[in-house]
Amino acid sequence: MTDVASKIDVKAVLSGSSPQADHSEGMSYLQRLPKRLVQLYLPLGIIVTILLFPFYWMALTAIKPDEQLLDMDKVNPFWTTAPTLKHIEKLLFESHYPEWLWNTMLIAVCATLISIVASVLAAYAIVRLRYRGAQWVGGAIFLAYLVPPSILFIPLATVVYQYGLFDSPFALILTYPTILIPFSTWLLMGYFKTIPYELEECALIDGASRWQILTKIVLPLAVPGLISAFIFCFTLCWNEFIYALTFLQSVQNKTVPVAIVNEFVDGDIYRWGSLMAGALAGSLPLVILYAFFVEHYVSAMTGAVKE
Amino acid sequence: MKARPRQATGWNRLKVNRDWLGFWFMLPAAGFLVLFLAYPLGLGVWMSFTDTRIGRPGVFIGIENYEWLLDDSIFWLSVFNTLLYTIVASVFKFAIGLYLAILLNENLPFKSLIRAAVLIPFIVPTVLSALAFWWIFDSQFSIISWSLKHIGVIDHNINFLGDANWARFSVIFANIWRGIPFVAITLLAGLQTVSPSLYEAATIDGATRWQMFRRITFPLLTPIIAVVMTFSVLFTFTDFQLIWAMTRGGPVNATHLMATLSYQRAIISGFLGEGAAISTAMIPFLLAAIMVSWFGLQRRKWQQGETND
Repeated sequence: MTDVASKIDVKAVLSGSSPQADHSEGMSYLQRLPKRLVQLYLPLGIIVTILLFPFYWMALTAIKPDEQLLDMDKVNPFWTTAPTLKHIEKLLFESHYPEWLWNTMLIAVCATLISIVASVLAAYAIVRLRYRGAQWVGGAIFLAYLVPPSILFIPLATVVYQYGLFDSPFALILTYPTILIPFSTWLLMGYFKTIPYELEECALIDGASRWQILTKIVLPLAVPGLISAFIFCFTLCWNEFIYALTFLQSVQNKTVPVAIVNEFVDGDIYRWGSLMAGALAGSLPLVILYAFFVEHYVSAMTGAVKE
Repeated sequence: MKARPRQATGWNRLKVNRDWLGFWFMLPAAGFLVLFLAYPLGLGVWMSFTDTRIGRPGVFIGIENYEWLLDDSIFWLSVFNTLLYTIVASVFKFAIGLYLAILLNENLPFKSLIRAAVLIPFIVPTVLSALAFWWIFDSQFSIISWSLKHIGVIDHNINFLGDANWARFSVIFANIWRGIPFVAITLLAGLQTVSPSLYEAATIDGATRWQMFRRITFPLLTPIIAVVMTFSVLFTFTDFQLIWAMTRGGPVNATHLMATLSYQRAIISGFLGEGAAISTAMIPFLLAAIMVSWFGLQRRKWQQGETND
């Protein structure tokens, strides 16, 4: 696996301190500040502002009192003078939000754990057992990664209904792994390939079984990969919409994204505050998780395009 | 590694033979993928040839669903919308994403903070950011209309999600916004593998910035671009959540994509067979995207003179 992607150093992607960084700094003195300002800081500032503005707007709307939301003439809409927690309070105490949060957590954690276990076994088998046809199976898993949920949800809805899983969290716990397994198998295959084969050979000579090799040698060395796969799968579960929309019906069984789209969208002209509070509350858990594991996210993302 | 025939009891063979071991290791993943991915995929194609409705098993009716769709102007509108959405959004995502990646590759103060911030739109659930856009593009209280009115560009609110072309613009804009971080961060990862000494050499030879980009950056980045853009095109083409949260296909079907139309026909109206036919009609496009990816990968192997792995 010597290709462009495997040379990618995740820490370098984030901090920019690639091994060659000191060289590249050597060139930047050629640019003068005004030129740099126009060519670099200005476009970067515009793009980053546009990328972050919707979140500012979301947060601002969530704490704005209703009358300021709709009256844009008296008060500058980009700011609020009287922040209120009313919308957030309504979300937490007058809706099923805690239940939705619990459902989403439960489904995401279960689906992720199932997927990781299945993917570890599959990735190890493909990379290291090299059974007959392993390469073909690897290719098939890559193809499975490319099958999008939006062409599967109709037949899956009938399958889910036949198995009697409709409107139960198991409908999602069992179907999400089809999205997660191809991704995490692919990611873990990349990690397992970096573990020296000699370690396993030593263990085999010492009489270790394949299972012992996997649990005592390979997995401890692949912990960063496992964390990446775990949080990325968790995010994908949280993000998933179409299956959750199709397979769940009762209000209290829904996941956060579906519930906020369906339960807060009514004809009320004053709905925006609580809607944005809901969107914010639905995003925050992921953003917090992200803040702790930025490097793992990037490694999972670049691993996703790694071949 | 096959056990010698004399010692191989059945049990030993299952434990040691790597083909059998591989089989056991693959079983959980294969089970899920066959039961909930391959089987529904086939079932979906089959359903597109039946008149299944919700609560009633269908009978085989041949290609009647497809014949029906061929005459359905809404279906063709959704195909047009999907292609427009995919092509316009992908082009912009690629252009802006690559530009952002190049900018982020420079030496910057607070580099890691900026890079982490750029990824946030990718982390937040798409429907929830789509809701924020729904509010930003509101017909009466849009902050964009307000700002434009304030600086005197327009004199009345833009009906972002009520007018067909503005609605298309709005959903495409939201999709570009959502897709840029993925493209930018993955391409940035590719950019960091390009050795700076190449640029130094080019500078000494008197190359302009554009020449450096055209002759060094772009060729070296081509393989990773191929993969990233295939994923991007694939996920844009099959997008559902963004449209559903922002417009539900409206106004007058102007933003219906094939995925949202199939949801509406199959789940809301109950015509599962017809919905399945719309989904199945997406498969040729997806295959085309996968072929592009495959050829992109072949080219990468050729560039690096590799034969395997």
